Amino acid sequence: MTFFKKHHSTLVFLMPYVLMFSLFIIIPVAIAIGLSFSYFNAIEPPSFNGLENYVNVLTQDSVFMRNVLPNTLIFALIVGPGGYILSFILAWMLAQIPRLPRIIFALVLYSPSMTAGIAMAVVWRIIFSGDQTGYLNALLINLGVIYEPLQFLQSPNYLMTIMIVVTLWGSMGVGFLAMLSGVLNINTEIYEAGYIDGIKNRFQEIIYITIPSMRPQMLFGAVMAIVTTFQAGAIGVQLSGANPTPQYAGQLMVNHIEDYGFIRYEMGYAAAISVLLLLFIYLFSKLAWRLFGDND
Amino acid sequence: MASSFHGSKINPDRFDRSQIKFFLFLMPMMVFMGLPIVYIFSHAFKPIDELFAYPPRFFVEKPTLANFVDLFNMSDTTGVPMSRYLFNSIIVTVVVVALTIAMSTAAAYALSKKKFKLKALLFEINTVALMFVPIAVAIPRYLLIDNIGLLDSFWAHILPLLAMPVGLFLVKQFIDQIPDSLIESARMDGASDYIIYWKIILPLVKPAIATIAILSFQAVWNNVETSTLFVNDESLKTFAFFMSTLASQTGNSVAGQGMAAAASLLMFVPNLIIFIILQSQVMNTMAHSGIK
Repeated sequence: MTFFKKHHSTLVFLMPYVLMFSLFIIIPVAIAIGLSFSYFNAIEPPSFNGLENYVNVLTQDSVFMRNVLPNTLIFALIVGPGGYILSFILAWMLAQIPRLPRIIFALVLYSPSMTAGIAMAVVWRIIFSGDQTGYLNALLINLGVIYEPLQFLQSPNYLMTIMIVVTLWGSMGVGFLAMLSGVLNINTEIYEAGYIDGIKNRFQEIIYITIPSMRPQMLFGAVMAIVTTFQAGAIGVQLSGANPTPQYAGQLMVNHIEDYGFIRYEMGYAAAISVLLLLFIYLFSKLAWRLFGDND
Repeated sequence: MASSFHGSKINPDRFDRSQIKFFLFLMPMMVFMGLPIVYIFSHAFKPIDELFAYPPRFFVEKPTLANFVDLFNMSDTTGVPMSRYLFNSIIVTVVVVALTIAMSTAAAYALSKKKFKLKALLFEINTVALMFVPIAVAIPRYLLIDNIGLLDSFWAHILPLLAMPVGLFLVKQFIDQIPDSLIESARMDGASDYIIYWKIILPLVKPAIATIAILSFQAVWNNVETSTLFVNDESLKTFAFFMSTLASQTGNSVAGQGMAAAASLLMFVPNLIIFIILQSQVMNTMAHSGIK
C-alpha cells in the first residue's frame, strides 16, 4: 500500500491513457498475432493451425505474391521516401522566404493532408472520371493527345500511378510541419561557424549543417512518413470504388486484409497478413532510426 | 540586420532577389497542391447544368446554395436525415477531442516530471507505437469491441480513438521544456500534484494542447472506419460515413454529385478553420517534436 500512497497521483494521471492504449493498441496487436496461428471464420471458435496461414501466404496466395506484395512495395517505396524528400525540400525552401508568404504557402501545402481521403475521393473521382466530363479526359481531348476518354480509375494501367500522385499530394502533414520548424530553429551561429570551417555552397550547407542539426525532426518526419504511407492503403478502393480493385492493380496489403477478413471471413488468414504488415512498418521504421537516430 | 555573413539566409526578414528561385519552385507546387482544394469550394456551389457541363468548367459561374439545401433536406434510404449524422459527428468529435486532451496531458505530465520505475519503458513503448497503423488491426478491434458489448453504441466511435501515441509524444516533449524548479517551488508552497497539473502545467502547454486538439479532431472528424465496422444502426453513424456513401453513389445519380460536393466542403472546412486559428501554436509545438 505504501507504493500506492507514494505514487497515488502518478497512477491517476497515467491510468486512463495506459488503459486505452492497452485496450485498443496492445491487445489488438496481441490478438492479431494469436489469430494468425489459427483458423477462424468468425462463427466457430478459432482453432490452432500453427504456421499454416503463413505458409499459405507464401505458397498458395498467388494474388498476394503476384499483385499485393509488389504493389505494396512499389507504393511504399515511392510514396514513403518520395513524400519525405519532398517534405524536406519544401520545408527548407519555405525557410528561405519571408514570414508572411511562408505562412500562406505552408497552409496551402498542409491543407491536403487535412482532407484525409474520404472528402477528396469525390473530387478525385470527378477529375479522373472515365467519360468526357472528367477534367483530365476533357483536357487531354482538347489538347489532341487522345480521341476517346480513358477509364483512368478502372484501368490497371493507370490506377497505381493515380494512387501514388493522390497520396503524395496529401502527404505534407505533421512531419512536414515538424521539419519546417526544425529548419527554422537551427541557430544561425552554427552556419557561421560552418562557413568559417570551409563550407562553400548551399548544398554542402544542407548536408553538413542543416540535416545533422535537425536530426530529431528528421527522424520524427520519417516515422510520420512511414505511417502516412501505410495508412493510405485504402486509397485504391476509394478511387476505383471496388474491393478488389480492377485486376488487383491497386490492391495493397490493407485491402487484402479487408478482403479476407470482412468479405471472405477468413479472419485467421487476414490476421497473418496484418502481422506481416506491422512487421513491414516496423522494419521500415528501424531503417529510419538507423539513418537519423542517435548512434548508440 | 546588416551583417557581413552571407551564407545562411534562413528565416529572412524581407524579400530579396535571391529568393526568386525558391518562389519559382514553390509556385507550381502551390498550384498543384492548392487547386483541388479550390475545386472543392468551386464545385460545391455549382448548379446542376454546370456540374455536368461539357467541356467541364473549373470555376463556378452562377454560384448557388441549391446543393446545400438538397443535402440538408436529404434522408438516406433508411430514412435517417442528414442532420442526424451531422449531430452524431459533432457529439463524437467534441467528446473525443476533450478526452484526448485530458488523457494525453495528464499522462505526459507524469511521464515528463514524475519519477517512477517504468517511466522510461512506457515512453519507449509509446514511441514504438508512433508507427502503429490502426487499420492493420481492424479485425481484432472488431472482435474486442464486440466482446465488451460496445457494438452499436457511441462508445464504439469514441474509445478506439482516445489513445493517440503521437499526441502523448508531442505533449511530453513540450512539458520537458518546463523547468523543474517551477514545479518544485509550487510544491514548497504546498500545492498538490493535481493543483500543479491544473494551475501550472496546463496553462504553460497551451500550444501543445492546440496541436493535439487539431490532430485528434482530424482523426475523429474524418473517421469512417468506426461507422463501417463497429456500428450497424444507421442512426448512430457519423457524417463522414454518410459522406462516403454519397461519394460511392456519385456515378449513378445526377443530383448526388452536387450533394457529394457540398458534403465534402462541409467535411473539409472545419479542419481548415481550426488549423488557421491554431497554426502558430502548432508550429511552436513542432519545434520540440524531435525524436532523440
